Amino acid sequence: MDLSYGPEYERFRAELRAFLAEHAERAPKGGAGVAAGQAGPALLAWQALLIEHGYAARSIPREYGGYGAEPDILKSVITDEELNAARVARGIGGQGPEMLVPTLLEHGSEAQKQRWIRPTLRGEVVWCQGYSEPGSGSDLASVQTRAEEDGSDFLITGQKIWTTTAHLADMMFALIRTEPGASKHAGLSYLLIPMDAPGIEVRPLATMTGESEFNEVFFTKARVPQENVVGQRGEGWKIANTTLLHERNMLASSAVLDGSLRSLVRLMEREESNGVRAMDAPLLRDRLLRLQARVLAMKYHGMRMLTARLQGKHPGVAALVTKLAGCELSHQLNALGIDALGELGTLYEGSPHERDGGRWQSQHMFTLGLIIGGGTAQIQKNIISERGLGMPREPRPPARS
Amino acid sequence: MDFALSEEQELLAESLRRYLDDACPVTRVRELVAHEAGHDGGLWKGLCELGIAGLLIPEEHGGSGLTLLDAAVAAESLARGVAPGPFLDSAVMVPVALLSVGSAEQRARWLPRLATGGCRIAVAANELVSRRDGAGVELRDGRLQGLCLMVEAGPGADHLLVPVDEGRSLALIDAAAPGVSLTRLTTIDRTRGFAELRLDATEVGEWIGEPGSAGNACRRMLDAGRVVLAADILGASERAIELAVAYAMQRQQFDRVIASFQAVKHMCAEMVAELEPARSLVWYAAHAFDAVPEEASLMACHAKAHLSEIGPRIVRTATEVHGGVGFTDEQNLHYWFKRVGVDRQLLGAPEALREEAARLQGWID
Repeated sequence: MDLSYGPEYERFRAELRAFLAEHAERAPKGGAGVAAGQAGPALLAWQALLIEHGYAARSIPREYGGYGAEPDILKSVITDEELNAARVARGIGGQGPEMLVPTLLEHGSEAQKQRWIRPTLRGEVVWCQGYSEPGSGSDLASVQTRAEEDGSDFLITGQKIWTTTAHLADMMFALIRTEPGASKHAGLSYLLIPMDAPGIEVRPLATMTGESEFNEVFFTKARVPQENVVGQRGEGWKIANTTLLHERNMLASSAVLDGSLRSLVRLMEREESNGVRAMDAPLLRDRLLRLQARVLAMKYHGMRMLTARLQGKHPGVAALVTKLAGCELSHQLNALGIDALGELGTLYEGSPHERDGGRWQSQHMFTLGLIIGGGTAQIQKNIISERGLGMPREPRPPARS
Repeated sequence: MDFALSEEQELLAESLRRYLDDACPVTRVRELVAHEAGHDGGLWKGLCELGIAGLLIPEEHGGSGLTLLDAAVAAESLARGVAPGPFLDSAVMVPVALLSVGSAEQRARWLPRLATGGCRIAVAANELVSRRDGAGVELRDGRLQGLCLMVEAGPGADHLLVPVDEGRSLALIDAAAPGVSLTRLTTIDRTRGFAELRLDATEVGEWIGEPGSAGNACRRMLDAGRVVLAADILGASERAIELAVAYAMQRQQFDRVIASFQAVKHMCAEMVAELEPARSLVWYAAHAFDAVPEEASLMACHAKAHLSEIGPRIVRTATEVHGGVGFTDEQNLHYWFKRVGVDRQLLGAPEALREEAARLQGWID
């Protein structure tokens, strides 16, 4: 066991620190990656500078607008660590750079790579993901949004839901039923859809948090060129599954858990009820310590998974538990923040006496959404028990005749 | 960056598991401990020949000079097999105390004997953690007086390491010395023996370190012991999950194996989702003991407290997956259930450990 990074990587870190010292003034604030579409001109310029120096899009080939270095997980980890520590924006994230780009690199045609990757990385083309439908949640392969052939085009009809950033997006990558006669999984294609096509309507979807973090997207004979299929027609299910893996890793980051824990400690050291700090209330403190153990466990679990990736080993069932354990923990941390505030923890929408901008409540609700989204907790348990422990699938009901 | 067990550590775990599967399957454990809790029937001698007793002891004293992570790997394997034996005391806590504060002469005299299993030293550690029923050891006119409960591996020990004066001093005494009496206590876990230790005007055989200067040694001994108990819970829980999954794969009800019911699958998935991150926490706590001393005590508290929370839930759930048969004596699953139940309380129950963790971080006075 050796938790140091070694001289080559410490050199990389030193260069990055020097870069940040030189350019910090131009760097927009904020730790987390900002989703494309919410990025102002300062962030777009910052992203271009990061790519130029290899601190974003590092391993994306130069001909597609990346930096063109060999893939190196540790350098990505160090970049995240340092940009976080400097509290500057990590550049542009979200579903375009983090999900579509890896998918195009793996399955896209040369023309698709040339056309889409560069502007996506630079935040000039903003993407949303069209997977879920009102009738297709956990059973994602049952999606019904369909494409009819019309010359060299498709005409798309149906409805998608839970589409983050659809109102800001230029493009959507979507699972569409293009092969009506084929079986459930073989009938789907992975299609790139311009959001300005006539026949597409985006409506915001308000959630329990009071915000509209998601949208519904309605398609009425929206026209899309058939050449926008990624991979082959009928391969959509396989291709979508490669991006889902990227999403699940995105949803449960141990740096976020660590940040929540620190805020919670500050809150409990600061807040008093009847002259007693929350930290001095034994039951609240015990809950804090229980959660701290779990945050530490997830931190070292992340290091263990990282090591397995570096060594090219498959960590087995341990790799499948991150989303389930991490999202639940995130929810619990916010629940304790609310309880430490008591009645004042319920204040919202900028009310007098509200603390931290109401974020303990909004995050408590939003993390419940994360427990459900990206594969519900129950679907995660199916994956852990079936793929991880080799337990059989629930038998299917007899096919309807 | 390498946060993984080394090849040698993987090999240690594998060879220990193979040895225990062969020499001491649970049916053999059952026979050994039927009449006397903690009776190892020569198993400890065999384990010593494999080098298990000398893992932490430097090579110059006949051990292999390894780290607490190696000891944690061994503890995990021992708990998988619910193996009896004085590993926690003789192979972990006592060597740590001697290496921490023992003189060169004391190390040279005791460590080689511990490494070969030539002596067994039990620690009256309860004195450091919890005093009940009038327990407490004091120095009266230069002699030891008092009572210490719950001395693990006390039955069968030839010597005893006794913290005195709230752990500021450490006395080593012969179990056969005048005024020493060990009386067996019976716990739910028959794989380990416990005794209460009475001291009546007992002469101190020797002080380990100068009297009054053993505070740090006691701290290190507790840290190491807690990490190893966390690893014990890890191993026992891991084995309980494997037994539950294997049972669910062959038990049929309603014309199908119960492993195909989501209700059962989700119980198994929840156990794994609790255990795997906890494994990483135990590894780090063990690593910190040797490599990150400023975090060692905090991580030991957290690892022991967290494993003490999830372990009992896992062995309970594993029992439920077995249904009625899990509740029977014959199925043997209860050996792991009881092992974890005792681990949870030893060297500090989780609530107390979390309070200690809060104090270590300056969150409370």
